[in-house]
Amino acid sequence: MLGKLDWSAIPFDQPIPLGAALIVFLAAAAVLIWVTVKGYWPYLWDEWITSVDHKRIGVMYIVLAALMLLRGFVDAVMMRTQQVLAIHGPGYLPPEHYDQVFSAHGTIMIFFAAMPFVIGLMNFVVPLQLGIRDVAFPTLNSVSFWLTATGALLVNISLVVGEFARTGWLPYAPLSETTYSPGVGVDYYLWSIQISGVGTLLTGVNLATTILKMRAPGMGYLHMPMFCWTSLASNLLIVAAFPILTATLAMLTLDRYLGFHFFTNEAGGNQMMFMNLIWAWGHPEVYILVLPAFGIYSEIFSTFSSKPLFGYRSMVAATLFICIVSFMVWLHHFFTMGAGADVNAAFGIATSVIAVGTGVKIYNWLFTMYGGRVRFDTPMLWALGFVTTFIIGGMTGVLLAVPPADFMLHNSLFLVAHFHNVIISGVLFAAFAGFTYWFPKAFGFRLHEGWGKAAFWFTLAGYVLVFVPLYILGLLGMTRRLQHIDLDMWTPWLIVAAFGILVMIVGAACQVAQLVVSIRHREELRDETGDPWDGRSLEWSTSSPPPFFNYARLPHVENEEPYWTIKQRAMEEQRPGEDESYEPIEMPRNSPTGFVTAFFSTLIGFALIWHIWWLAIVGFIGAYITFVVFAWREHGDYEVSAEEVERIDRDGRAAQLAWLRRRERVA
Amino acid sequence: MIATLSGCAGGVLDPQGPIGAGNRTILLNSLAVMLVIVIPTLVALLLFAWMFRASNRNARYDPEFTYSGRIELIVWSIPTLTILFLGGLIYYGSYHLDPRRPIASSQPPLDIQVVALDWKWLFLYPDQGVGTVNQLVIPAGVPVRFKLTSASVMNTFFVPQLGSMIYVMNGMQTELNLQADREGDYRGLSAHFSGDGFSDMNFRVRAVSPDEFARWASSLHGGGGVLNARAYAELARQSINAPPASFGVVQDGLFDAIVRQTLPPGPGPAETAAGEPQVSPKAEPKAGTPAPAQQPQPKAGG
Repeated sequence: MLGKLDWSAIPFDQPIPLGAALIVFLAAAAVLIWVTVKGYWPYLWDEWITSVDHKRIGVMYIVLAALMLLRGFVDAVMMRTQQVLAIHGPGYLPPEHYDQVFSAHGTIMIFFAAMPFVIGLMNFVVPLQLGIRDVAFPTLNSVSFWLTATGALLVNISLVVGEFARTGWLPYAPLSETTYSPGVGVDYYLWSIQISGVGTLLTGVNLATTILKMRAPGMGYLHMPMFCWTSLASNLLIVAAFPILTATLAMLTLDRYLGFHFFTNEAGGNQMMFMNLIWAWGHPEVYILVLPAFGIYSEIFSTFSSKPLFGYRSMVAATLFICIVSFMVWLHHFFTMGAGADVNAAFGIATSVIAVGTGVKIYNWLFTMYGGRVRFDTPMLWALGFVTTFIIGGMTGVLLAVPPADFMLHNSLFLVAHFHNVIISGVLFAAFAGFTYWFPKAFGFRLHEGWGKAAFWFTLAGYVLVFVPLYILGLLGMTRRLQHIDLDMWTPWLIVAAFGILVMIVGAACQVAQLVVSIRHREELRDETGDPWDGRSLEWSTSSPPPFFNYARLPHVENEEPYWTIKQRAMEEQRPGEDESYEPIEMPRNSPTGFVTAFFSTLIGFALIWHIWWLAIVGFIGAYITFVVFAWREHGDYEVSAEEVERIDRDGRAAQLAWLRRRERVA
Repeated sequence: MIATLSGCAGGVLDPQGPIGAGNRTILLNSLAVMLVIVIPTLVALLLFAWMFRASNRNARYDPEFTYSGRIELIVWSIPTLTILFLGGLIYYGSYHLDPRRPIASSQPPLDIQVVALDWKWLFLYPDQGVGTVNQLVIPAGVPVRFKLTSASVMNTFFVPQLGSMIYVMNGMQTELNLQADREGDYRGLSAHFSGDGFSDMNFRVRAVSPDEFARWASSLHGGGGVLNARAYAELARQSINAPPASFGVVQDGLFDAIVRQTLPPGPGPAETAAGEPQVSPKAEPKAGTPAPAQQPQPKAGG
């Protein structure tokens, strides 16, 4: 009846996971009770859960990412403390638990923290920057989000029911085959990544279509803001790379469930093929994450330098260059496999060539500041913190692209330090910068600057304190994923790294404080004009938060900085744009399709993990019926009347006019 | 035997052989090439941000400065030139330090076969007819030609102070040439996560004088500990933190049989009945399961 599931799946004898699970469970229950008591369910259902508004979905993506970031960070704290407590001793995490912790850390951070954060920002910002009202396929967007949430849910269920993978965040075969990993851990990994991977692929299709097909009138490709360009590149990479991941994991699934031999030791299975395939996805994945981040930084450097982006076309070229070359370098993840000098030299050179594109970007940001008026608001601090540390991370990356150097540093803590150095500054700092930058647009008030700056400085200091010691430990021959340590020369550096993570905890606490303080003081931090940073692209031309249809009239675009042009003209003419007549707008209807699909997907995933076949069939039937019901729907859109549009738009325009008058008085 | 404790000190920047030294040279050269542009770029970044701060009214505000063909040319050519230099280093290094490339030496190389087991290292000396577990004895100043494979999952053979590491995989053979220039004790390890016993997959490398190596091998040869197919099957069972051991008799062709999978791959956590979820490692073993892996009649010590 319940497949492999029985009471032994709950780790009653292990206090750490059980305690953690209990806390998560109580917190979730408390939230649910609070929502029920306050009667918020109808509001949540109508305005959020079934919403197909790209802005709402973007916000939900970021909420999910923030929660998972916290979960992944707890794993990181456990790893650093375990290594410092397990010098000449067992520490507090036995290997079978520690192995799950580092596997979960990587999986959660990449798939459920970094990806949703970046996708959330793209979802929120791209349609606004393109001057349009929604993405190409609004309901699909909702489905994407809820499938991602399903994956995250399954990973977290594994904390309580059963176990998570003990193979590392990429389940290298043959360790991940049933012979060596008979438990359900790898199955949790496979199904959560497969389900959320479908969501990610759909997002890629959706956003790429949106950018290619739905720009505001007049907006040619070379008028798009840089963030839209990098988002386009990133989503094209998703469309090209995620099917590889899906196929690879499907093959491993066939090995594990039906006794196939794609990657097994026996019967002609080829474990090297797994590594090649997984990195054929895995390396583009790095750029899927970091390209949108580069776009965020481009927006920030330009806005906070009060200058257009320097070398726009060059930046576009560099983006596309990185996009293409990122597919030609996967082998540098295993130079030490013994492929031979020809192969290693070719991939080593290809890898270092990518640095050209990144180098060009860094110089263009540099010259964006040159001749500007640089304001050091929180987003700009994150951007400067990024670019200075990213250069170091990039440099160590190119070092690792030199095969003989990699022969000594591969899989060492030097490697760990390198990829955290680029991912934390490249993606996480960008996420925080973008979060701070676009928060006023989403909620109508700014985040508290003092707490934001404190969060930046503590995070930066903690990050340096954690990862500089790891670079040194790598040079001292310390490999990654060690559960205990028996060499005294590593001890001092491990202690420094553990201290560093304490500083990062303070940084994380400042982030939470920033959010709480900002919400409590939202009236003082209110953004009335919709343009709190003196912005340059279209999203700042609408009110904060934008009306659900984004723009009462679609803006007409003539150059790279449409809003800057509108703003200059408005200031000259002393009125915010032309007063035209309003027209009715077609908007997509809310739909529970995404949520219902995700519900059935959760059933399918859980059932397949535990071999509860009847439940998997029920889930499949449910999901199929959901699809059929949606496909045969009668009304997908509804009309917002011209009067309604005018009523909503008038408030925003009044605020802008008031701002113009105030500015006039000051001047 | 010079058993200095220095074997534990020093990492990859303290090489004790030609391969490690060669790798280090390439590493430091590449670092130097990149620092030439990295340091000025970092300085320029911080300088520009500070010079053009909004509060500095002396700075020239030039919002029209958004394109310059000359700067674009420089911006593309600086990283390109750097990568050209580096590409040369990569090309040279890849060939010169290819793990399969024999080390030039007046001495003929010593052959050693390496098998990664769950979770210990087996070293076979085909010419000497002996074998060891978790301890590697090599003659200093003599090139060593390793042929490597794995009994079960992927691992990486790595002696940081001797240089290059290499993957070991079941059903496949990789090759690595290393040499210790000086006598001493070095630390060897697996540098690729391979399961619960991974953290203890370390071994001691003793580089001794060629004479002492010959004495060590001949004293071992024909002595206690027989490694044949049956003993190997015992050895291949999972065990954590196995003590060093040695074999005086090693069946001919054992290594090739492992590579060709004539000897089946290691069994994994076979104690667990098939299909049973191994959710709690502390769970009581099922009745009737075999006892934990035993060492096959090894002679203790080296």
